[in-house]
Amino acid sequence: MARALINIPAKAAKGQIIEIKTLVSHPMETGFRPDNQGKLIPRDIINRFECEIDGERIFAADLYPAMSANPFLTFTLLAERSGEVTFRWKDDRGEITEEKRKLVVE
Amino acid sequence: MNGLFGIPTRREFLALGAGAAAALAASPSNATPEAMEKAIREYTGGISPMPGRVKIDIPVLLESGSAVPTTVTCESPMTAADHVKEIAIFNERNPLPNVAIFHFSSKSGRAFAATRIRLGDSQKVVAIARMSDGSLYTDAIEVVVTLPACSEDFG
Repeated sequence: MARALINIPAKAAKGQIIEIKTLVSHPMETGFRPDNQGKLIPRDIINRFECEIDGERIFAADLYPAMSANPFLTFTLLAERSGEVTFRWKDDRGEITEEKRKLVVE
Repeated sequence: MNGLFGIPTRREFLALGAGAAAALAASPSNATPEAMEKAIREYTGGISPMPGRVKIDIPVLLESGSAVPTTVTCESPMTAADHVKEIAIFNERNPLPNVAIFHFSSKSGRAFAATRIRLGDSQKVVAIARMSDGSLYTDAIEVVVTLPACSEDFG
């Protein structure tokens, strides 16, 4: 399980646009890099990120090997109502890292 | 030539003449401007995007290409009826022309995404925004990378 860091305010005013920052630990192996023996190291990257509030899509990203290691993503959310924000990263091996945060809108 | 993607290491590169450098630019293992054109054509379905509205921000002179701060934004009211659906980023000279596709919704509030990307060489980076009505907008930036990603072991 990759380790994820998420920076999201716990509270927001209704109608406010909040900024969410996420960072997940992952080597993002491109598949183009040779090892010491000159053989290519197989590709292993996070290819998809999704963010939802109570199951409703806010933001998603399709990622390619040109993303840096430990992919960092900043995006925004329009605070309309309180809910649970889910963050999901999926890598080439099908491994899924999921994190949840509560957001209170008042 | 023991650098990655058949690109020589920096030291070898500096020892080469300009003619050799030009030959390298056409190296088939790299995404070329043509490969980027093709990837963009596939993404746009052959429609040429209009300049404007979307904006890509990258520092124009970079010491290292392995974690390049990149921001894309697009002007839009971001309502359910009129919003930015996607912003895609493409590059000219990495092994693959695709970088990322960001998907937005009216819940996003703004069409904004910031991330860190890898650049294997000095090159042009292109952003294309797809609106909810299907129209396409584009922006491009030329960046200079002094130490490309992939030339170091940490890639």
